Amino acid sequence: MSELLAQFVNLLGALLLMLAFAMISQRRILTLINLFTLQGLVLVVSTAVVGYVTGQPHLYLSAGLTFVLKVVLIPVLLHRIIDRLEIRWDVETLINIPTTMLIGIGVVIFAFNLATPIAMLSTSLARGTLGIALACVLLSFLMMITRAKAVPQVIGFLAMENGLFFAATSATYGMPMVVELGIALDVLIGVLILGVFMFQIREQFDSLDIRHLEKLKDQ
Amino acid sequence: MRGAGPWGLKDDGFDKVMDLTGWLRLDWILVAVVGGWLLIGVAGVLGLRRFTFVSRVLFPAGGALGLLLFGLALGAIFGAPEVAVLPIGLPNLPFHLRLDSLSAFFLMVIGAVSAGISTFAAGYFRKAEGTPPGLLCLEYHVFLASMALVVLADDAYAFMVMWETMALSSYFLVTANHRVPEVRRAGYLYLTMAHIGAISILLCFGVLQANTGDYTFDNMRAQNLSPFWASVGFLLALLGFGAKAGLVPLHVWLPEAHPAAPSPVSALMSGVMLKTAIYGLLRVSFDLLQTRFWWWGGLLLALGLATALFGVVFAAVQVDMKRLLAYSSVENIGLVIASIGLALIFSGYGMKALAALALTAALYHVASHAFFKSLLFLCTGCVLHATAERSLGKLGGLIRYMPWVAWVTLIGVLTSAGLPPLGGFVSEWLLLQSFLFTPGLPDALLNMLIPAAAALVALVAALAGYTMVKFFGVIFLGRPREEKLAQAHDAGAWERVGMLWLVLGCVALGLAPVQFIQIIDPVTQQLLAAGLGRTVAASGWLLAPISVERASYGPVIFLIGVAASFALAFLMVRWFYHGRLRRSPAWDCGFPWQNARMQDTAEGFGQPIRQIFEPFFVMRRELPTPFDARPRYRVVVEDHFWGWIYLPLAALAERIARLVGLLQQGRISIYLLYSFVTLIAMLLVVKR
Amino acid sequence: MNIYGVISQALEIVVALALAPLLTGWVNQWRAWLQNKSAPSLWQPYRVLHKLFNKDSVVADHASPLFRAVPYIVFGCMALASSIVPTLSTDLPLAPAADAIALVGLFALARVFISLAAMDIGTSFGSLGARREMLIGFLAEPALLMVLFSASLISKSTSLTTMVEALAHQELAIYPALAFAGVAFTMVSLAENARVPVDNPATHLELTMIHEALILEYSGRHLALIEWAASLKLFAYSCIGLALFFPWGVAEADAPLALLLALPVLVGKLAIGGFLLAVLETLAAKMRIFRVPEFLAGAFLLAVIGMLVHILLAT
Repeated sequence: MSELLAQFVNLLGALLLMLAFAMISQRRILTLINLFTLQGLVLVVSTAVVGYVTGQPHLYLSAGLTFVLKVVLIPVLLHRIIDRLEIRWDVETLINIPTTMLIGIGVVIFAFNLATPIAMLSTSLARGTLGIALACVLLSFLMMITRAKAVPQVIGFLAMENGLFFAATSATYGMPMVVELGIALDVLIGVLILGVFMFQIREQFDSLDIRHLEKLKDQ
Repeated sequence: MRGAGPWGLKDDGFDKVMDLTGWLRLDWILVAVVGGWLLIGVAGVLGLRRFTFVSRVLFPAGGALGLLLFGLALGAIFGAPEVAVLPIGLPNLPFHLRLDSLSAFFLMVIGAVSAGISTFAAGYFRKAEGTPPGLLCLEYHVFLASMALVVLADDAYAFMVMWETMALSSYFLVTANHRVPEVRRAGYLYLTMAHIGAISILLCFGVLQANTGDYTFDNMRAQNLSPFWASVGFLLALLGFGAKAGLVPLHVWLPEAHPAAPSPVSALMSGVMLKTAIYGLLRVSFDLLQTRFWWWGGLLLALGLATALFGVVFAAVQVDMKRLLAYSSVENIGLVIASIGLALIFSGYGMKALAALALTAALYHVASHAFFKSLLFLCTGCVLHATAERSLGKLGGLIRYMPWVAWVTLIGVLTSAGLPPLGGFVSEWLLLQSFLFTPGLPDALLNMLIPAAAALVALVAALAGYTMVKFFGVIFLGRPREEKLAQAHDAGAWERVGMLWLVLGCVALGLAPVQFIQIIDPVTQQLLAAGLGRTVAASGWLLAPISVERASYGPVIFLIGVAASFALAFLMVRWFYHGRLRRSPAWDCGFPWQNARMQDTAEGFGQPIRQIFEPFFVMRRELPTPFDARPRYRVVVEDHFWGWIYLPLAALAERIARLVGLLQQGRISIYLLYSFVTLIAMLLVVKR
Repeated sequence: MNIYGVISQALEIVVALALAPLLTGWVNQWRAWLQNKSAPSLWQPYRVLHKLFNKDSVVADHASPLFRAVPYIVFGCMALASSIVPTLSTDLPLAPAADAIALVGLFALARVFISLAAMDIGTSFGSLGARREMLIGFLAEPALLMVLFSASLISKSTSLTTMVEALAHQELAIYPALAFAGVAFTMVSLAENARVPVDNPATHLELTMIHEALILEYSGRHLALIEWAASLKLFAYSCIGLALFFPWGVAEADAPLALLLALPVLVGKLAIGGFLLAVLETLAAKMRIFRVPEFLAGAFLLAVIGMLVHILLAT
């Protein structure tokens, strides 16, 4: 039974990777937010399952916190920001999408290769997923780099945190509660501040295109 | 076991027929085939302008000798190696020649393919080209003889002499139409690249003989080189043979030289000469070098895949039919090199059975590419003769006027696209099967990279299908884009015989893979001490290199299945319903003034590839404006490598030459001053 | 090769030929119902085939013999494909003739021939359709091959019958690689069978046609054979999907009576699959032709990632 559940956690890890990949190749902002919400949901389920199998009740608390934050609060916040900024257009990318996907594959191979020796050291239930989690983090970072508008960059930042959370759960059965709460708070504040920044950028340049920020250079 | 003929030790022969004169197969090959070819060449020079004699007597005789070579080599593959020492050559380095399974396999390919091409050439050459026919005959047969001797050579000197002869004779063949400036330029480029490669090969042999002064291959086999020097030797061999084979970035001569040559010569170069480069690489890495490292294989795999992708992407956007086939050759050579790389990786880790699988795939592709590429070039020769057009934009609808050539080209196209049940599919199948075994490798990174490589192979194969549909569809199907195409004539009798022989080869390679793998088995046994022969023979007509449960492919059943369904469907429809047919004009969507210019052009068919693979190309476009009375659209697609490597190198060479040219002042006193200074310097040195 | 093998092979061919138009009819019915329209009868495709066979075949003036031969060739390829995929049983005498790679090659053969037929007429739409079909093909074929590779890495074989047996007999195990492969396979089948979101099989606008543009010139019995071949292709793809991802219920070599159970199980699985296809087609919008390469590249890369995930998790 626990063997089956371990494979289930693997499956959830694969889903997470698929969602990260789908986010890289997405063009529309609303779909990006929906994918992010789905990622949060997958994370909640996986944390709960790991908590059930290993009998560590504090993981249930983590799962609950993640649910409240990542599936409810932050998506609502993002939807409101989008409504107020009246963003409806497609996301522009700095390099075209097939090339981004190809770079994504290279990143995935790198992450998998890096994780294999480390995973041998761990004794946790779902240690095979360390590589997947690392790949998710790197893919979200890639998404942040290749987008030209501010909102997808914020989502990429949040997705990175998702990947880190999954890595923590699979390798060490969650972080100490204090650290966890601290990270959650940081993320929340980060999003609020980024939201404020986005308004400022919009006012200054009449657009959320981050390439305009280059005009601030001293030249 | 060593055997030798009248020039060496006496030996016990195997075959009663061969034993008649105490001669072995190697002696028969040397005297009958090579000697025969050289005689034919000389006879051609003697009858310099006797066109009918040259084309109706000499070329078919050359073809017959090719068939003889094929038969002799087929027998020799299963026999023991034979050695001969010729009384020509340097004073203490006479020509050593050796016939083992590897040479025999390549001799088979050379013999069989050249038989078809020579027969075709008998009907192809017309009177009006720049070179007299007798001279062409000489160059052609010297080319064939030198290729056979390259494959037989057993010491570095013989090899280099034959290699050079091959390069020179093919240069003269390429510039047969030397009145056209592009042809001269292409020939010059070809000669330059061939010599760069030759220097590298010479350096490689220098490394391999490890300071012993003995340049025979036997000596090189006995050497035990340190890993550093072995790798240096391998890299030099890769550079040299890669330049001849057309590896990226040394491929730039291929798309220029192959179209410039007359079609039988292009077929010979593309189908056979590129294979001698593969032979050289195999000989050096598997036979002369005693240890193999896996990273050599990784390098070959990466280079091979890059070449394959590059070649096929460029082939898909070409507008000249012979350039398209030349780039397609680049792609196929890339696939062969990738298979050899995979074999090296497996061999470097000691996994011999899998290395044999990959090597079998490489050799099978060598044979099948020789047949189908030659066939395709010969078909373009027919089209060129019938229409005098090479550009795809001026052809079309030729299936109506040249049906024979069209159906034969269809078989060549299907083989080239790697479709079952023809020959191109079997090598692709074997290669993909060997990729599937890679998760057994000990290295984790390789384990992950190689499935990505398998994905690239699949992509290249699919793109090859795209290119071949474009090739066949634009030339033979649709409506003629020029009016003069209605006067196109079909192929002549000699040409048909030659092409039919090659078609037979493509089909046989597709339908009898078990038999061919058993022929390749001695070669892999010699190089790797492992082979597929026994496992393959166990399953009869079904190709199952490991076991039937693991993977199997039965081309004959496949063909019978499709043909039976075809026939049954045809008959049942006629039985239950009817077979009535009516003709009418084509559907025109209400626009009745459709003409042939409204079909897709070659540029149009390549446009999706240009769009998806844009970073590969350097494109120059001429777009019409809305105000042009006669709008023109032109797109020229070029190689990045010219700008990255060759033009800077050429500029550098020119600058150095100019600097050296400063020495030429034109005044006699300055020259005398040079001699005086040199004399003083030498006296100073001698004084020491 | 015993009598049961021959029987199951023959039964498979007959079932494929008979049920393929029914599957198409089922999908069309559900598409109509989901869009709140009244649906054509379930037997409508059969009536269409009968009508087309009865009609004269009208061929363009300058069409070559290749044009007339292609419908039969394509039909033959699809019939062979349907008989190789283990739908009812894994004891198939014809199955060793072609493994997964040869199956992909078979589809490629059919695609090449039909593209050549489209170019034969020499009108702009024919060659446009041929170009688009080859574009979709050159991206979909490697993706399909990679999906089959993922499955063959798990079952250690490329022979379809062995794959089905291995996957059906695994102790209940969840393979994440199969999740990736499943998504990629769905995307590829949508593209190859000319379904929304890649191509609308019911379109009448020539500029949006891909598959329809290829067969624009065919009529009468030729069109009937091609339509039947298209249904067979959908049937074959569905059966490949079922064989890879839901292989339970297929009869094995030493259980001949299981054949009786296998047929209703197959019909049930296909019914559910057809319904899901109709739902997918209703929910998705047809994408621009320029987005299709990205869509297929995504499928291709997903399949490659699936293989990499399998290798990662297996070490």
